[in-house]
Amino acid sequence: MAVDGIGAAVKRKEDFRFLTGRGNYTDDLARPGQAHAYVVRSQAAHATLGKIGTAKALKAPGVVAVFTGADLAADNIGGLPCGWGIKNKDGSAMHEPAHPVLAVGKVRHVGDPIAVVIAETLAQAKDAAELLDIDMKELPAVANMREALKPGAPVVHDGGSGNVCFDWHLGDADAVAAAFKKAHKVAKIDLVNNRLVANAMEPRAAVGEFDRATGEYTLYTTSQNPHVIRLLMGAFVLHIPESRLRVFAPDVGGGFGSKIYHYAEEAIVTWASAKVGRPVKWTAERSESFLSDAHGRDHVTHAELALDKDGKFLALKVDTLSNMGAYLSTFAPAIPTYLYATLLAGVYTTPAIYAEVKAIFTNTVPVDAYRGAGRPEAAFLLERLVDIAAAEMGMDRVEIRRRNFIPSNAFPYQTPVALQYDSGDYNATLEGALKLADYKGFEARRADAKKRGKLRGIGISTYVEACGIAPSNIAGALGARAGLYECANVRVHPTGSITLFTGCHSHGQGHETTYAQLIAERLGVGLDQIEVSHGDTNKIPFGMGTYGSRSLAVGGTAVVKALDKIVDKAKKIAAHLMEAAEADIEFKDGKFTVAGTDKAKTFGEIALTAYVPHNFPLDKLEPGLDETAFYDPKNFTFPGGAHICEVEIDPETGVTKVVNFTAVDDVGRVINPMIVEGQVHGGVAQGIGQALYENCVYDDNGQLRSGSYMDYQMPRADDLPSFKVATAITLCTHNPLGVKGVGEVGAIGSPPAVINAVVDALKDHGVRHIDMPASPQKIWGIINGNRRMAAE
Amino acid sequence: MPKVSMTVNGKNVSAEVEGRTLLVQLLREKLGMTGTHVGCDTSQCGACVVHVDGKSVKSCTMLAVQADGAKITTIEGLATGNDLHPMQAAFKEHHGLQCGFCTPGMVMSAVELAKHNSNPSEHEVREWLEGNICRCTGYHNIVKAVQAGAKAMAAAK
Amino acid sequence: MYEFAYHKPASVADAVKLLAADGEAKAVAGGQTLIPTLKQRLARPTALVDLSAVRDLVGITVGGGKVTIGAMTKHVDVASSADVKKALPALAALADGIGDPQVRNRGTIGGSIANNDPAADYPSACLALGATIKTNTREIAADEFFKGMFETALKPGELIVSVSFPVAEKAAYMKFAQPASRYALVGVFVAKGPAGARVAVTGAGPSVFRWKEAEAALGKSWGVAAVENLKASASGLNSDIHAGADYRAHLIGVMTKRAVAAAG
Ligand SMILES: Cc1cc2nc3c(=O)[nH]c(=O)nc-3n(C[C@H](O)[C@H](O)[C@H](O)COP(=O)(O)OP(=O)(O)OC[C@H]3O[C@@H](n4cnc5c(N)ncnc54)[C@H](O)[C@@H]3O)c2cc1C
Ligand code: FES
Ligand code: FES
Repeated sequence: MAVDGIGAAVKRKEDFRFLTGRGNYTDDLARPGQAHAYVVRSQAAHATLGKIGTAKALKAPGVVAVFTGADLAADNIGGLPCGWGIKNKDGSAMHEPAHPVLAVGKVRHVGDPIAVVIAETLAQAKDAAELLDIDMKELPAVANMREALKPGAPVVHDGGSGNVCFDWHLGDADAVAAAFKKAHKVAKIDLVNNRLVANAMEPRAAVGEFDRATGEYTLYTTSQNPHVIRLLMGAFVLHIPESRLRVFAPDVGGGFGSKIYHYAEEAIVTWASAKVGRPVKWTAERSESFLSDAHGRDHVTHAELALDKDGKFLALKVDTLSNMGAYLSTFAPAIPTYLYATLLAGVYTTPAIYAEVKAIFTNTVPVDAYRGAGRPEAAFLLERLVDIAAAEMGMDRVEIRRRNFIPSNAFPYQTPVALQYDSGDYNATLEGALKLADYKGFEARRADAKKRGKLRGIGISTYVEACGIAPSNIAGALGARAGLYECANVRVHPTGSITLFTGCHSHGQGHETTYAQLIAERLGVGLDQIEVSHGDTNKIPFGMGTYGSRSLAVGGTAVVKALDKIVDKAKKIAAHLMEAAEADIEFKDGKFTVAGTDKAKTFGEIALTAYVPHNFPLDKLEPGLDETAFYDPKNFTFPGGAHICEVEIDPETGVTKVVNFTAVDDVGRVINPMIVEGQVHGGVAQGIGQALYENCVYDDNGQLRSGSYMDYQMPRADDLPSFKVATAITLCTHNPLGVKGVGEVGAIGSPPAVINAVVDALKDHGVRHIDMPASPQKIWGIINGNRRMAAE
Repeated sequence: MPKVSMTVNGKNVSAEVEGRTLLVQLLREKLGMTGTHVGCDTSQCGACVVHVDGKSVKSCTMLAVQADGAKITTIEGLATGNDLHPMQAAFKEHHGLQCGFCTPGMVMSAVELAKHNSNPSEHEVREWLEGNICRCTGYHNIVKAVQAGAKAMAAAK
Repeated sequence: MYEFAYHKPASVADAVKLLAADGEAKAVAGGQTLIPTLKQRLARPTALVDLSAVRDLVGITVGGGKVTIGAMTKHVDVASSADVKKALPALAALADGIGDPQVRNRGTIGGSIANNDPAADYPSACLALGATIKTNTREIAADEFFKGMFETALKPGELIVSVSFPVAEKAAYMKFAQPASRYALVGVFVAKGPAGARVAVTGAGPSVFRWKEAEAALGKSWGVAAVENLKASASGLNSDIHAGADYRAHLIGVMTKRAVAAAG
């Protein structure tokens, strides 16, 4: 193994620039002559939108231009496209209403963009925005899904059946019904998976620039997947060919899903830059982010689990309402369907599963993937239900899980909900977690807490998730309108230094280090010889970006495939140089040798020869050492694990503190353990945030009541403990690195562990379930027998 | 427009600003020092923390005119050439950053803590960082970094 | 923010003059409330009168049974003052719990009291300790000062110069923080001082108020037992996404009990 290769806790290459303030985030850009855009947004959740008078605003100091939906329509600008179509139960297409870049005729959520004011300074743009004459008439709004389904409810989009976007199902209803008839016991749950806001610390930003000389547009944007934005915006919205559209996502300050989607502001600044003949910059203020970044989760679910007398799961039945918000965000329809219902087998052998999912339009911000995307919702549902089943069967919570685990010798394992898991060992991760958490010692800790007047509880969750969504042809058959492969271009330079151009994007994941480690391992070159380039569509052949924990499983494999080609070609050159047969060439630690001789060439010598081909088999081989690979995976990867949470509740105030958190995950092969642990920490923090703190709340009129950090509780340093994390791996069987993915596991496994712990702590209060976030007020309500409070 | 003068990372600077120009806007937009970030509009995230006369403040909640005559230190002023400040080095060593967006404010805040307390406990670090939100790291490694950085700063004295 | 003129007077007299000359001008102290408000365009002053150069407004003196704090004294300086810690440790602890270190490095006692945010911490100390608020024209008893939500007895252009807290025999502050903003969801300051037993509650209502039942009970016999079974009324209390009025009422009881226990 190279010193800095696979498995080494290499310090990150990218850190120096971030630590010294030299990062290059979108809002840091100051393009020559740039003007500033301010987006005027609806303050009403639902209203008709009439004429917009711009005359006064146009005369205000510093104003360059004012644009409305009418201006976009006049230029034939298209709506924001949705990247996944879902079919209803009856095979018909989902309701897919238009999503205008700037609202036309109607606004449908607080924050819906109405107009854009462009001025010399942002302050001037805001000053002028107040002078717009906007003719709006408020309409009744609906924010709650159950309300939206009632007859007579306000209708968000005409032309469909009420507010239903689609009514979809998966699984075998008959088999499930038959199994329920035989059931010894049925465990039931009604739960809400709370709406969240991703809240990457860097607010979204976009700068559009038009080059009059070449006709090329450039969009600098805070994106997780610049090529996807180029494709969607170019082809569907602005009708600009890729050859004249460059999208560059420089350093991006976190994404967590919220920066996957194509947003209106990207199209606005790009289009407007040509209109006004100057670069146009827009940066969200945080309160604007709350109103315009796609939100996450927001499910209401009823589920039932049938068990036999031994506690074996016979069948699972799930009925979910999923909030789409006011428009379909880019990948919204895929989240509560193919990333949720397909995970409902979890780590268990449940033989029959049937899930129904209705997606609902409401007058709220669009909802799409947020860290975990569908899988946290599935894991939460299952792990709560399993705990309830254990309680109802009078069984131990660990034992009921063990009894239903897919055994480690049963892989590959076909679930009844479409997925085939390739590998895993759920007993191993659970045993590891029980040990690391000192599960045996818990009752003593509970007793000690009791002496201090605290209620202590422990909760377990054992989960599996699916990463690196693939393959393209199957996803396509299921409604995906994009490919799901990844691309890597390894460019060896004449002196042996290397640049990797990857279609994945790093916004905190440390790709510049991890990918470099893959290359160092394979080519035996030092990390300082390797640069990783990402984010610029003008440099990178193509790419689908970073989401769904795909960067190593898909992007890393593409790198390996490109490296295969490099090594292949280098061997040919080495064979020529050393006058040996290609089959006799061995490559190790950066050296090419001829088996059984002491002949050797360094990687650097081969690189030089490739570019200075004086002694080169020009008749058989092209000069240069620069290879590209596209990799389309055969399957998802399936990370899994066990999380154990211990909480203490102050019964007087209802405050819950997480006092211990243990995660033992199977993320496949670990390339950089330091980075892997960091990913788990961050995910767990977000999961604890969902379970105890974060809640995006709308009132009945569709006004957002948690629209800033004054009311949306971000987990802070003093809310969290230090975590105990470890891995217990099995290798992925269908990619060469054996990697699975680690970006989301923390956020998927942790929420049910926390809530299971809270319910355990409150077991003497007759609690079966508590919805997230388990706020102090809710818990106080439960302790005081105030059910209404608890339900709120 | 009022004219302000101050030292930023040891250099004298002056600029014309509006009354309403925030210190962070002066730094980022007028002086091109974009290491200091803006993560919120309610003065809560701490991405914008700089030192004003040796104390950590939120530069999004201070007017540029209020900093007239002050000594400002930003994240750009900590390292000496390519040698990281001990707190920066500790963040790198302990993987106290991921996307790097909260990092400048986090480091500047931590440096002030270390000046008061060269051996802070985990609890003390967590409490001190109340005004610095990080969405990536779960704080676990930030806490370790700050503890190590504080010790290293004391040792370097 | 809307644009405004900026002044930085060096004396109280000059500051008062500037404020008197322009009815739409506003004083700015630490700016930790005013600047966020301006950023959201919720206020539109024509001018800001920055008090930070007025030396007379800064400082802490202890003597004559009183702790007197200049209006421009920062939270961090109250929190770390050895004199305050000795004479009125509860006040130093309260200051140490306001916001975060960066807010405490800028925010001032004068600004906090003048602003009278229903969830601010200092007003509870003023009320419970029976403080006197000294302005450029008069002295106002705390009981007369806090009038309602964001409302005080200050006249337009009137400036707080200092706040005097009588030293109490026993005092403590307990804060249940609103989990997102970290302001007081319910904060209770209890004191046994020259003015008798006092219990001031912040965060729970539209403005800081005294909990008379608890004061009467503690007046009779100071101790946790006196307030253990006392229930605050939920009527008129705030209700929001974090806490309904009845939960707030409950927390008033818990925080009062804990404060009395901490006060000894
Ligand atoms: C993130 C954050 C968290 C916070 N958390 C808390 C908390 O937990 N508890 C808490 O109590 N507060 C909290 N605050 C508010 C903080 O304490 C403020 O510092 C304080 O409320 C106002 O003081 P200031 O000096 O900043 O006043 P400014 O913001 O400058 O002024 C506030 C108001 O007072 C007026 N004013 C200022 N000085 C005088 C004077 N001498 N005479 C007359 N009028 C005057 C101004 O005109 C203005 O209307 C927080 C603030 C922030 C940004
Ligand atoms: S930018 Fe968030 S506190 Fe300053
Ligand atoms: S490292 Fe991304 S917000 Fe802290």
